[in-house]
Amino acid sequence: MLTIQSVSKIYPGGAHALSNVSLDIDAAEIVAVIGGSGCGKSTLLRLVAGLDRPSSGRVLIDHEPISAPHPAVGVVFQEPRLFPWLTVAQNVGFGLSGASKPQQGARVAAALQRVGLADHARRWPRQLSGGQAQRVALARALAPQPRALLLDEPFSALDAFTRADLQDHLLSLWDELRPTLLLVTHDIEEALVLADRVVVMQSRPGRIAAVLPIALPRPRDRISPEFDELKREALRILGHSWRAPPHAIAAE
Amino acid sequence: MIRADAVSAIDSLASVEPAARPRRRGGASLRLALLGLALPLGALLVWEIAVRLGWAQGRLMPTPSVVAANLAQLAVSGDLWLHIRTTLLRVGAGFALGVVAGTALGVLAGASALGRALIDPTLQGLRAIPSIAWVPLFILWFGILEASKIALIAVGVAFPVYLGIFGAILAVDRKIIEAGRSFRLEGVALARRILFPAVLPHYVVALRSGLGLGWMFVVAAEFMGASEGLGYLLVDGQQLGKPAQIIGAIFTFAVLGKATDALLVAASAPFLRWQDTLGQTSGEGG
Repeated sequence: MLTIQSVSKIYPGGAHALSNVSLDIDAAEIVAVIGGSGCGKSTLLRLVAGLDRPSSGRVLIDHEPISAPHPAVGVVFQEPRLFPWLTVAQNVGFGLSGASKPQQGARVAAALQRVGLADHARRWPRQLSGGQAQRVALARALAPQPRALLLDEPFSALDAFTRADLQDHLLSLWDELRPTLLLVTHDIEEALVLADRVVVMQSRPGRIAAVLPIALPRPRDRISPEFDELKREALRILGHSWRAPPHAIAAE
Repeated sequence: MIRADAVSAIDSLASVEPAARPRRRGGASLRLALLGLALPLGALLVWEIAVRLGWAQGRLMPTPSVVAANLAQLAVSGDLWLHIRTTLLRVGAGFALGVVAGTALGVLAGASALGRALIDPTLQGLRAIPSIAWVPLFILWFGILEASKIALIAVGVAFPVYLGIFGAILAVDRKIIEAGRSFRLEGVALARRILFPAVLPHYVVALRSGLGLGWMFVVAAEFMGASEGLGYLLVDGQQLGKPAQIIGAIFTFAVLGKATDALLVAASAPFLRWQDTLGQTSGEGG
């Protein structure tokens, strides 16, 4: 559904953010990308979002190349990035064009209902807590019914309780709407709780070190032995990728 | 002198006063506001009593009642309205021209690096000239009548508006723009739906400083030769030794300046309601 074909990104300064990255993501699949800072995981997301162009290679959604923000792709950033001059409802309706006014209103109401903020429709963004604002951002991205939703460390700025709450929330939204989810995170546990596959990246140049399939049924028990085992596995790969330079791994 | 005042006026406006400050409710703020009136009203009262009791002469510094009587007399004869009308028209025309020019140049400089490189150095250079220095030239160019006065006011208004909108465009959060781009907004649509509302609060502040300068420059303009206008009342009062008229004109300036500023704030308030919610943050957990 999402196809990333041997994508490289070299920034004008010469930094090799991504080198020859390829990845296929199925419809309604949840893929989490983890890695240390500077591994190019956010760059990868920006390329899929169409906010940046790859230096070589290409990104496709249902065989259609992405060269600019695509109507079938929604984005949630690390910060809510709500428009402060619009009410919560207006923010959620921001990406709805084309549909008639009553239709838009119904969609906004449904989206707010889904994130549990139906009674906050007329508030201003600055009246929301961090978790509420990020839920509005989720609703805003999902209201146009994208086929793929990209999330760039969406819960990293929240406290642990709110984060776990929003992770569950994201899963129930996904269950209902079945979009493809591509999630960038530096939180291994978050990746393991949410994803069907975890892509581990390493840096200099940014590339995929390993892809871990997570076969555990949902909802996942964060303290089960299997979960622990997967966590150790992911940590082991990550440990390699940030402690040892590439040639050392090759030498092993 | 006027330039220094103007600059500090801009600074204080821009840094201290958000365009729409949240209104505090309750009696406490009202009582504080009344407290602020105590000093000037008390001083006036003391002066009035002192002159009435013969402790002071009050010839060069007339009492409030004398000033009021003078103003009332001007009002009854219809002269006051004539002067107010003339001055308001000058400020209005100069403000409108200055706002158009300042906004156009500011948008041009803010929107593109090329525009900035082309325009900004010249405008910063021109801004360094004390605006009153233009007076002789404007009189040569535009004559002694309305055109030169309006031109001077427009110059005074244009610079703060230019600086305000230029700076506001540069300061728009890149992340908000990117959020707009992720909804496939570009060009005019991006400007209309993201840049314009993001810039608006700063633009209102810039307009208010511009208007303040407009009032300052109308006085300078009317000093340079006018037969009508509140500035003329000042000059006339000085030349004919009528301090009550001078103080009356100053008072009228204060009222008009405050009223037009309040008008500007009121006109922009509906668009800035989203700012007016400080302290109402919902405390519920997310």
